[in-house]
Amino acid sequence: MAEQTSTFSQPKARRGIRSAQYAKKAIVRGLHYLVLVVLSCIFLVPLAWMISTSLKEQGQVFAYPPVWIPHPVRWDNYAEAMQRAPLLLWLRNTAIITVAAVLGTVLSSSLVGFGFARLRFPGRDWLFVLLLATMMLPGVVTLIPRFILFRAVGWIDTFYPLIVPAFLGGGAFNIFLVRQFYLTIPTDFDDAARVDGASSWRIWWDILVPLSSPVLTAIAIFAFVYHWNEFLEPLVYLQSEDKKTLALGLRAFINPMDASWNISMAASMFLVVPILVLFLLGQRYFVRGVVMTGIHGR
Amino acid sequence: MVGGRLSGYRWREVLDGYLAIAPWLVGLLGLVLGPMLGSLVLTFTRWDLFSPPSWVGLANWHRLLQDPLVWTSLWNTAYYTFLGVPLTMAVALTGALLLHAPLRLQALFRTAFYLPSVMPAVANAVLWFWIFNPEVGLANSLLRMLGLPGLQWIFDPVTSKPSLILMNLWTTGNTMIIFLAGLQGIPQSLYEAALVDGAGWWQRFRHVTVPMLSPVILFNLVMGIIGSFQVFTNAYLLTDGGPAHSTLFTVLYIYQLGFERFDMGYASTVAWLLFVVILAFTLLQLRLSNQWVYYEGLR
Repeated sequence: MAEQTSTFSQPKARRGIRSAQYAKKAIVRGLHYLVLVVLSCIFLVPLAWMISTSLKEQGQVFAYPPVWIPHPVRWDNYAEAMQRAPLLLWLRNTAIITVAAVLGTVLSSSLVGFGFARLRFPGRDWLFVLLLATMMLPGVVTLIPRFILFRAVGWIDTFYPLIVPAFLGGGAFNIFLVRQFYLTIPTDFDDAARVDGASSWRIWWDILVPLSSPVLTAIAIFAFVYHWNEFLEPLVYLQSEDKKTLALGLRAFINPMDASWNISMAASMFLVVPILVLFLLGQRYFVRGVVMTGIHGR
Repeated sequence: MVGGRLSGYRWREVLDGYLAIAPWLVGLLGLVLGPMLGSLVLTFTRWDLFSPPSWVGLANWHRLLQDPLVWTSLWNTAYYTFLGVPLTMAVALTGALLLHAPLRLQALFRTAFYLPSVMPAVANAVLWFWIFNPEVGLANSLLRMLGLPGLQWIFDPVTSKPSLILMNLWTTGNTMIIFLAGLQGIPQSLYEAALVDGAGWWQRFRHVTVPMLSPVILFNLVMGIIGSFQVFTNAYLLTDGGPAHSTLFTVLYIYQLGFERFDMGYASTVAWLLFVVILAFTLLQLRLSNQWVYYEGLR
């Protein structure tokens, strides 16, 4: 009898433990969601504030407690921002520089990566180590001499200093990414093409470039964000008002004497919106691009 | 195949190889190594860009030793780096761990966490200049709601550097995503084995996650410190080095010397000093790394 009761009561007890475990798991999961939601809000507050303020009337900007939903919505802020500064011209300049620099980055990093991954020549491995070492080189040491160099060739106040370097390798990190990706593609295609008499350039352009579109897309997106947002280089190289990029020109909207923050935020949106659109359209590439770097574990 | 062989190489392929990497080689020589050498020569000259440069020997280096602003700027930079980088790493790793768990809507959270780091620095600056405004800014509004006294934020030498560090924490998404990629590369079997051995949450983190992630931690640490030592934009836009030189970081000082006072020789000297400091820290970290970084397959 005693034995029987114990065997009968056991499942009940186990069920009790199990439901306690379920409850604990549910609580942990609930807390996990809560923390994620709170952190998401914290990360998004500045952007939300920028968008909201760009649509406020002057009076609501300084309201306390802060007003989150503008009422009425004032789209005129954007028109007013355009009157205060040549935002569309700056937008055009930024677009020209960014598109050209992205093109240069993708083309040249792909070509150089091809050289390091697929062609055998003396000194290649030594040069590749040198390339990796330059990733850790702080750019500040070349800031002044580059300016002097570009001044000597008459490129100050032109777009060239912001575009031409992108065509010269497109950054050590990007070359590294492309090379790692090309190494994962079997050489069978190359060999077959070579037997058919294809040159190295045909193998690069016709076989490897189409196969590497994921990595090249990721590089293009990162290069776009970098050049679109870049501030220090335009600051150093561009001088006249009609050559400025949007990032450089926006600086004029940081003015302690000027209280029209709604207009400043509207002006900022000209720079932010294209990046937001790109980010939301291409966000899987951001994450995949980082994963592709293959730095996890080695 | 065309041509003969040169000790195991095909000459055609060798030629193509050098041609393929030529853009990078030209860039390396013309935009990196050449300018570095030129900048080293500049440290022995005085040059305002408009009159011919004059050779001054070691005068710039003597001046550097006696210039209090150089040491102020190095102290500010070190403060910003050694407080900011560990904080960034901690926030990024915590965020990555939260995002790594298999939950619904995870992609949405990842987007929210990452979004601020693609924001243009200038747009951020416009925004935070106002958030930090002592009278009408959002930061003090929040403090007031909590019943706390307001702060002067970037307008007080005591809180200016912490304010810039705080602002920078928003853009930690890049570091976070790299951690996340690292976490996804850790084999699940290791955690299962640890569970079988009765390891708790902390033990699994300490003895599985941290060692397996250590190469990624090293990468983020090295790159984070190199980047942080070159902090410029936020300080230039928000405080211009003030108040009382409390946010005069070294790159900002170099910029002021070179492009506001056209003191190219001395600006290059300070740049070389910073270069040597960064290089020393990088090499030190790489040297120390074999004591804590675990590379799979090397043991």
